[in-house]
Amino acid sequence: MTNIDTHVGATTHAQGAGSAFVVSIGQWITSSDHKKIGRLFVGTSLLSAVLAAVLGLLFGLERISPAHMEIFHGDATPQMFALYQFALVFGVLAPLFVGIAIAVVPTQLGARAIAFPRLAQFGFWAWLFGALMVDVSIIGNGGPGGGATDLVDLYLLGVALAAVGLLAGSLSIATSVLTARAPGMTLDRIPAFSWSALIGSIATLLSLPVMIGTIIYLYVDHTHAQLVFGGNKGINSFLGWSLSQPMTFVFVIMALGVLAEVAPVTARTEQPLRPVVLAGIGIISTAVLGAATQSAHILDWAGTNSDKVKSTLLHSLFNGLPLLGMLIVVLVSLLCLKVGTPRVTAPFALSLLGALMIIVGVLGNGLYNLKAASLDGTVFSEGVVLYLVYGGLLSALGALSHWAPLLWGRAIDNTKLLGLALIGLLGTILASFPLYIAGFADQPANTVMGFDYDGPVALWNVLAGLGHALIVLTVVGFVALLIDAVRNGASVSQEASA
Amino acid sequence: MTIALPAAPAPAPRRQILVATAIACASAFMLIIGMIAMWLKFRAGAPTRDSSDGLKIIKDWMPAGVKIPEVAANVMLITFPVGALMAQWASYSAKRNDAPHRSLALAISFLIGLAVVNAQIAVYSQMDIGLADGQFQTMFYAITGTMLLLVVGGMAFSLVAFFRSVGGRDNDVDVVNAHALYWYFLTTAFAVVWFVVYVQK
Repeated sequence: MTNIDTHVGATTHAQGAGSAFVVSIGQWITSSDHKKIGRLFVGTSLLSAVLAAVLGLLFGLERISPAHMEIFHGDATPQMFALYQFALVFGVLAPLFVGIAIAVVPTQLGARAIAFPRLAQFGFWAWLFGALMVDVSIIGNGGPGGGATDLVDLYLLGVALAAVGLLAGSLSIATSVLTARAPGMTLDRIPAFSWSALIGSIATLLSLPVMIGTIIYLYVDHTHAQLVFGGNKGINSFLGWSLSQPMTFVFVIMALGVLAEVAPVTARTEQPLRPVVLAGIGIISTAVLGAATQSAHILDWAGTNSDKVKSTLLHSLFNGLPLLGMLIVVLVSLLCLKVGTPRVTAPFALSLLGALMIIVGVLGNGLYNLKAASLDGTVFSEGVVLYLVYGGLLSALGALSHWAPLLWGRAIDNTKLLGLALIGLLGTILASFPLYIAGFADQPANTVMGFDYDGPVALWNVLAGLGHALIVLTVVGFVALLIDAVRNGASVSQEASA
Repeated sequence: MTIALPAAPAPAPRRQILVATAIACASAFMLIIGMIAMWLKFRAGAPTRDSSDGLKIIKDWMPAGVKIPEVAANVMLITFPVGALMAQWASYSAKRNDAPHRSLALAISFLIGLAVVNAQIAVYSQMDIGLADGQFQTMFYAITGTMLLLVVGGMAFSLVAFFRSVGGRDNDVDVVNAHALYWYFLTTAFAVVWFVVYVQK
């Protein structure tokens, strides 16, 4: 392998910079190196994060004055919202952590490579082309509710292909953790992030096929009959759950794993309650129950005592258990700081802030599913998704900065990253929290016009738009810091963050 | 700080294909279960009407003229365990380095897959329903078509394992075991589909 690489480098040097570039691109496209595949996932997901945040910013601007502003035409609005939601969940949240896990987990296990590297590579390309198919179909009026029949079919195929890609990546990760560990490394000895990668991958592998099954029905119906699922108008009502809670809980499991991994490093001590952290991560995986059953149970205290108990139990099972797991991970991780001698590091700040934002999102979801709160159909749900996705994004940036020496051989400037962490935190809160308030004021979800309510409509939406702008700034700033570190930074021992 | 690990020694085989197949089977089972759940939901939501004598309530789910060929469906149900048995025979032979029997068993499991496909086509042909004829028909084709695709996947697995066996890979026990596991999965998944779609309708 080494000989081949050297040979290619020598040849390209002789042929000039142009062909060296082509060879380099070819090597990236066909590489089965897990770090390259992981970085491809991460890079594309960050690009998708910028796209999603720009869409959020545009929606925020348009909602400032629902009666006058018109950035998107009336018919295009539902489809652009579909693109926005797809980009947030399947463009950012899910692939970002799959990519980080593919890049990092084999090194934590002491494995030479990820299990089935070609499968992981297929996963990236399937996900990318699936996402592109979704983009193309929606731009061509083929998203949910779109008028172009063929492009609606393309949309369904795109979502399915993206899901298949994520499944392939998850299968590689789970199999690696289960079979490719170094001799002597039993499952209870693996690092917390690898544990969360195993749990998150299996949860994904058990929940996404349910979505694919729904897409098969929708596709068969849409291409032939259009009488069972309501044609193009019915897609969101049958597939919408996959872009919402508790499905998104499945994708943030690894975000909590990042905190569990980084906290002891920051505190310069061992995690005293490591089994409890691993159990906490395991408890979060109960979210798969809600995802696979497509259920976010509403807490309704109407009816008999038996009805109330049943409703409370189901609500606790589907919303409370994942929250309990997250709280355990965060609290026990913070315990490290008390035991050890902590220092302020950007990876820890990012992962902690990300985890806290995720918890606010999960709490919000609990409130959203409270019937007495009457939040169904309001923008409150969008606020919940944004807390989870942007919280996950902050955690992912923490993970990338923590493992930058491993992935790029360079460390990112800690002070500048801390500044970015604060901007990211502010962006997440501004993008999400005003929608919580607007939700209580009955601002409808997935629409930009035709609503009005008592209260500062413009203020909430200006703040939300500003939050998205700050998220764009955070992602672009992070990439700029990374490029700067790679170009000008001193080489760092890879073992420092392995 | 997490302690960095040294470069790993040559990885010992740890049933990587078998473990991956087990996870993939669990995933595919969720696919079938999800589709079955959707089927049950639509069936439960189908409109009801009184029978002509007013004594019974009839659910308008399966159209009156549609008849499911139970013989072909039952033959499929019996065929799947035979396929799993052949796959287990291949696994048994592989453990004993019995290459001829291993190859023979894999070839038979491929042929059994072919028989299942034939039976499914017979079911479609005897039912003579159009995909766009109604709710039941569309969902019937979607769920049985997905099952058919999984069977074709099993046949491809049999074929790959067979050619590896014929090609002299005597240490291929992991692949043959994984192949057997996949056939057990197919048998279980079809049993569920058979009970809900072909028996309960």
